Amino acid sequence: MKQFKKIESTAIPLPIENIDTDQIIPARFLKATDKKGFGKNLFRDWRFHKDGSVNREFVLNDSAYSGEILIAGTNFGCGSSREHAAWSIGDYGIKVVISSFFADIFKGNALNNGILPVQVSEEYLQILFKAIKENPQTKIQVDLENQKVTLKETEQTETFEINPYKKLCLINGYDDIDYLLSIKDKIETFEENRV
Amino acid sequence: MGKTLFDKVWDSHVVTTIESGPQIVYIDKHLIHEVTSPQAFQELENRNISLFRPKQIVATADHNTPTIDQHLPVKDELSRKQLEKLSFNCKKNNIELYGLGHQYNGIVHVIAPELGITQPGMTMVCGDSHTSTHGAFGTIAFGIGTSQVAQVMASQSVIIEKPKTMRISVDGMLPKMVQPKDVILYIIAKLGTNSGTGYFIEYAGDVFENMSMEGRMTICNMSIEMGARGGMIAPDNTTYEYIKERKFAPKGEEFDRKVTYWESLKTDSDATFDLEFSFDASDIAPMITYGTNPGMGIKISETIPTTENESFEKSLRYMGFEKGASLIDQSINYVFIGSCTNSRIEDFRVVADYIKGKQKASNVNALIVPGSQLVARQIKEEGLESIFEEAGFKLRQPGCSACLAMNDDKIPEGEYCVSTSNRNFEGRQGQGSRTILASPLVAASVAIEGKIIDISTTF
Repeated sequence: MKQFKKIESTAIPLPIENIDTDQIIPARFLKATDKKGFGKNLFRDWRFHKDGSVNREFVLNDSAYSGEILIAGTNFGCGSSREHAAWSIGDYGIKVVISSFFADIFKGNALNNGILPVQVSEEYLQILFKAIKENPQTKIQVDLENQKVTLKETEQTETFEINPYKKLCLINGYDDIDYLLSIKDKIETFEENRV
Repeated sequence: MGKTLFDKVWDSHVVTTIESGPQIVYIDKHLIHEVTSPQAFQELENRNISLFRPKQIVATADHNTPTIDQHLPVKDELSRKQLEKLSFNCKKNNIELYGLGHQYNGIVHVIAPELGITQPGMTMVCGDSHTSTHGAFGTIAFGIGTSQVAQVMASQSVIIEKPKTMRISVDGMLPKMVQPKDVILYIIAKLGTNSGTGYFIEYAGDVFENMSMEGRMTICNMSIEMGARGGMIAPDNTTYEYIKERKFAPKGEEFDRKVTYWESLKTDSDATFDLEFSFDASDIAPMITYGTNPGMGIKISETIPTTENESFEKSLRYMGFEKGASLIDQSINYVFIGSCTNSRIEDFRVVADYIKGKQKASNVNALIVPGSQLVARQIKEEGLESIFEEAGFKLRQPGCSACLAMNDDKIPEGEYCVSTSNRNFEGRQGQGSRTILASPLVAASVAIEGKIIDISTTF
């Protein structure tokens, strides 16, 4: 897994609540047997009309907005456990998702793929949406080591929570398999001691 | 202080705890299917890691499979390749696979309970969010992503933070026509689509105590639609009777010994929960959804709320509904009865009982998809097949089918489908499709009438 420390980038605003993983990547694109290439179908049915033509009204098709940060309405990533959602976001080039609430499974999947889910207050989320709407070139800095997100224009800052173990994994580029394999003797002892 | 059912099962599976971090939890059973496993097998192969406990893994093919002509090669090339990959991976790694055509094939959350694989006090995972279904047996069961599927393959364990606990009690008498599906849709509508995030739920009270295992599975299945990783119901005689004599259930003295242990899996009277809710059963009525998440549900007799919120309005625009409107008399052309929520024999008995001697409305396309080969066989044995056929319903072969429309069972753009599945997300049943979630009984009534009726007033 790639290391993650700090990024500063413009952001893509998606002020819709309860975005489920079926919207992030529809089920019909889950037939692949590898992890690559999902980015082209990220938010597929919002990005394109059924006839394949581009939906100009959707933010990913608006040239004013781009960047490595996606900012979304509350309860992002609810629904299906499909990790393809995290793969499609990562493959599209997004490194951070900011929302005021994340669904559990999505949050874990994102972290397991080096994508940082940053949970901020609803109030701060609305400040970000407003700033980006007024100026799409607005930059946001996400600093994992200090657990801080900053709106560069105004220096408005908020801290965010992350499990210390997961933080260490991201900063060092470790993943959970590395850890689990390192404690295999403990797992075997656990098995032996069970009735 | 006493322990909750959840604490008892969880604590007995903790291998170790990372300081100020998550815990390492041992997994008894790992269920896999074709869609979320190939990348996990690949990951292990790339890193030259062998599977740790392949005997604790059970595989099935369900998400991608056609529901007609299952004896023929799968037509869709990508689906076929994914299914072949599963067969290849299982063979190579000595994993038991109930693939397409196997007598035990079916939806992963239908087959594990009916084969006696799911047992109280276990921990179970699957790369599928509806793994919560198995909690009906007093099991800690939850969905995981593919990275975690690889982790469990490598170590039979997951790294996870211990969730908080929530108890939802429903007591009293359920009104006529109210099914388990209505109970869970009611709870989700009351509490909201993200109310359970970070929690594991225990469902308690006499409504669940008096419910069949099929009903309990419907309840626990939809825990994830509140955001909860899982939901549990304490095992009791109903649970033991269901498990007894099933293929992989413990037998004879071993079974009795297990029951003694299972009896201990009840929340102690002095245990506390982080959050508690209670509902009066008599307030529950047949439910339907009107929006694009499962929390957007109402009693059929009610009208759509008049909430002022942009996302709410976007959802209604997608569905083609107006604030304050009633859905009664809404014309419906598609009915789907199936999915891991409602595709067990009891669900089909309810449907058959209602439609016997009736005819589906001419505008309706009604699809019945059993959850497994065993359910399909039972449908035949109990004579339900002819009832479905005479009423004009199409009975298909088992699989996830139109719940997520990965195969050819899709609802056309703009069409409404009254569905017994679990998600009404945009495009869930096919691009542009509009899903209305309901119980098997409500779905059956819609198929007969060709429109939504308030079933609670029909008898």
